[in-house]
Amino acid sequence: MQRHTLRATTGYPAPVATPYRRASINNTSINEKISLSSVFTQWLPRQLLWLLILSTVTVAHAHESQTEHTHSSEMANQANTVAVTAAALNTPSDTLQTQHEQSLITPESAPTSLPSTAASGDTIEQFVAGDFGQRQAMLSHWPGSVESLDNLVAFIENDELYQGNGDQTYLLNADDQLLTYPDKKETADWPSDLAPITLTNALRSALIFGRAKVKLESDKPAQRLQAVAILADNIDQVDPAIITAAAATEDNAKVKKALAALQARIDFKNGDLPTQIAALSVLADSDSPQVLVDIESALANDNVNPTLKAALIDARDSVARRIQISTWTGHIFTGMSTASILLLAALGLAITFGLLGVINMAHGELIMIGAYTTYMVQNLFQTYLPDMAGWYLLAAIPAAFMVSAIIGMVIERIVIRPLYGRELETLLATFGVSLILMQLVRMIFGAQNVEVSNVAWLSGAYQVSSSLVLPYNRIAIIVFTIIIVALLVYLLNKTRFGLFIRAVTQNRQMARAVGIRSARIDMMAFGLGSGLAGMAGCALAQVGNVGPDLGQTYIIDTFLVVVVGGVGQVWGAVLAALGLGISGTVLEIGIGAVLAKIVLLVLVILFIQKRPQGLFALKGRFVE
Amino acid sequence: MILTKLLSDTPRSAILIGVCFAILLILPWLHLMPETSPFYLSAYWITLIGKIMALAMVALALDLVWGYAGILSLGHGLYFALGGYAFGMYLTRETAGDALPDFMRFLSWTEMPWYWAGTQNFWWAMALVILVPGVIAFIFGFFAFRSKIKGVYFSIITQAMVYAAALLFFRNETGFGGNNGFTGFTTLLGYDITAASTRALLCFVTAVALLLSYMGLRYLMNQPYGRVLGAIRDSENRLQYLGYRTLWYKLSAWVLSAVIAGIAGALYVPQVGIINPSEMNPVNSIEMAVWVATGGRGKLIGAILGTGVVNSVKTYFTVAYPEFWLLILGGLFVVVTLFLPNGIMGLFDRFKKEKQ
Repeated sequence: MQRHTLRATTGYPAPVATPYRRASINNTSINEKISLSSVFTQWLPRQLLWLLILSTVTVAHAHESQTEHTHSSEMANQANTVAVTAAALNTPSDTLQTQHEQSLITPESAPTSLPSTAASGDTIEQFVAGDFGQRQAMLSHWPGSVESLDNLVAFIENDELYQGNGDQTYLLNADDQLLTYPDKKETADWPSDLAPITLTNALRSALIFGRAKVKLESDKPAQRLQAVAILADNIDQVDPAIITAAAATEDNAKVKKALAALQARIDFKNGDLPTQIAALSVLADSDSPQVLVDIESALANDNVNPTLKAALIDARDSVARRIQISTWTGHIFTGMSTASILLLAALGLAITFGLLGVINMAHGELIMIGAYTTYMVQNLFQTYLPDMAGWYLLAAIPAAFMVSAIIGMVIERIVIRPLYGRELETLLATFGVSLILMQLVRMIFGAQNVEVSNVAWLSGAYQVSSSLVLPYNRIAIIVFTIIIVALLVYLLNKTRFGLFIRAVTQNRQMARAVGIRSARIDMMAFGLGSGLAGMAGCALAQVGNVGPDLGQTYIIDTFLVVVVGGVGQVWGAVLAALGLGISGTVLEIGIGAVLAKIVLLVLVILFIQKRPQGLFALKGRFVE
Repeated sequence: MILTKLLSDTPRSAILIGVCFAILLILPWLHLMPETSPFYLSAYWITLIGKIMALAMVALALDLVWGYAGILSLGHGLYFALGGYAFGMYLTRETAGDALPDFMRFLSWTEMPWYWAGTQNFWWAMALVILVPGVIAFIFGFFAFRSKIKGVYFSIITQAMVYAAALLFFRNETGFGGNNGFTGFTTLLGYDITAASTRALLCFVTAVALLLSYMGLRYLMNQPYGRVLGAIRDSENRLQYLGYRTLWYKLSAWVLSAVIAGIAGALYVPQVGIINPSEMNPVNSIEMAVWVATGGRGKLIGAILGTGVVNSVKTYFTVAYPEFWLLILGGLFVVVTLFLPNGIMGLFDRFKKEKQ
């Protein structure tokens, strides 16, 4: 309560950098989607396109579940058109999220992760204690470390920095706890004159340039790149001299390039005609949406010099094309990460389907159990090993594998084995198991989603260029999937166990005749498939929400991957998942998630007309 | 004794089944008794009985394709809901009168989509109830059976179909009321839909429809046609070697099944007073399979019995212990498939054998 009354008087200070970038990226991806899809179709060979189109539906689905698990009725949401756009713009919104998360996390984790806090606290305290002039001077020439300035910015952006008891510094965190500064002890003693620290416009611009300046002087290239980004966001007020000076001393190629691009933008804005044209040739290599806006606003001007106009149009086309390319690279990347999740989920199913000829309807629930295991491991780490809490994921992966594998083996023993040879009954029985598992989880953990936090070393994103940002957690999922597929291929093709699995898959009677204990292989392979589902759940917990219905949202897509990929085939599943994942992302942008899903289903049915056994039919001698 | 032949193999069971149906035909009229009478049935019970009888028709339809032809559909909710929507269109139009239905006005549409044309006509709506599920089942079945999709593949595809349809019907743009579907019906053929006489009549009509579809299917299954379906279930390959075009047998059974499900949906909607896309939830469709399995697949009376038993238990538990219902349903799936392969009817048969 206290917090709300205080905040109401503060007003909302505008965040510094992120919103502008986000808005511009979103707009471009909406505007370009139609022309882009035509470009895209020209690029692709025919066959690949067919596969890609096939897969649409699947991904559409997976996306939705990532973006909107929070709603209560999942079916309703999937039809929601708003959600479709959200899913289509997945990449930018992901980055935005991670940026927000970072800025939220930094102040909380500051005491543990930054030993220098006590020392840097002094500068923040000085800042709070100072009057307007002192503050302005401090912001322009920050006396402390770069990290302390970043801390200060984070505090102010989150409305956490307060002043009270004269010039004492206080922090009011999101849980309405008042902390003293710099030792961050909670205090119940609320000063009567507690007031938030806000920035006036003058202070804000001092902060922007002070921060850029400090960062420019940093010896880390990453910090200097951030400085250039800050300057680029406030280009109208930048003193060109700063950039020229910085460029002269810069030795890092990346930073140099960024500075040159910024210099070109300033030249383009302020220079005379030859400078402008020269600047345009530099700008043409950019893929920044900001540059596109600059150029387009210049073009909109009626009385433009014809030479300049030609140069402008060339530059605009070049920049627009680059933005298109990186936007689509982003889409394909998103598609690949979706495909990875699908693949992780489908691999286990493909193995057990190939081996036993039964579809395990509880497979989705094994994924869900893997995700809940991840949640449990996270909680155990937070309780017993708080120092290592950031590394819980490494323990969660094997734990999720083991828990799901054991449950899977129990299911195999109790439900699937007695029904051997009666596939349809197995389908129903395993569906019953899935209902029971879902309800048990709901009774134990509650029907609400549980919170699985992103580990710190997977939050954030790798900025390839100004319009292409790849979130680390998605990169990690792709890498993780590649590792799992490699291990699985090794296991199936190079080990004795794998040999037995393949033998039983191909011809159970013959395998038994040569002495393979097929019942044992069934159980072990079922455990392996279930364990893979558990690991998929662990990966899913990093990108989506974890709730009792998690498995239901993925199961139909997973089935489609198996149906298209073919029975018991790792490579079939890989290709099918990749095709479904990438084309899904692409098509979803074109026609929306729901229509994409329906189109895909129809295409899958048509595809099965051609290849009833899936992409790769198992070779061997069979009856039926 | 033609009547008993239409109901069961042995005279004794035929009499038993006949008595049960007679009770079902009489029950609706008890709603018209004075409320003080000990035989009076409240609207709740009438609706419940009517609802379960409509669902039993879907179970019959499912038993036709699963129990006889060996094709497990996990998507019969689609045909059920399509029939319901087709009749719901008529009810909506009648409620709205000459104006646009409410949900269209909320979307600020100025005219009805083309597929709503003529739905104010009761007979055209009834034709749609049969045509829409029938045609969709024909197209889907033709492609599926032609490419010899069977077994679990087929089941998965049907499930995906019903799921996709649910997504489609959730969209407002599809023109079927989106999330909310159709509700708030007032009249049926000019009669107040909530009036006791209308309720009783609807329930009675449902009972008649159930009886007719039971007797019709039973007759059909005792014909050579039914034997061929059973042979398809047991060994389709051998049947093809014998020169049967199994595609058309399967397809006709599939379409017939879809049409019966559609009619059941049309009877269901005016009684419960709502149709929305949640009827197409894949879980509902799988649940239908467990009704059949519980009663005993391959026996038409088993499908009706199973629907009655499971839905009675469901009605009790979802009110008394809602959190345990899914556990029980899940357990039912497992127990029935593991221990009662022929369902409750199988139990009867075993009991009979032991007595002998």
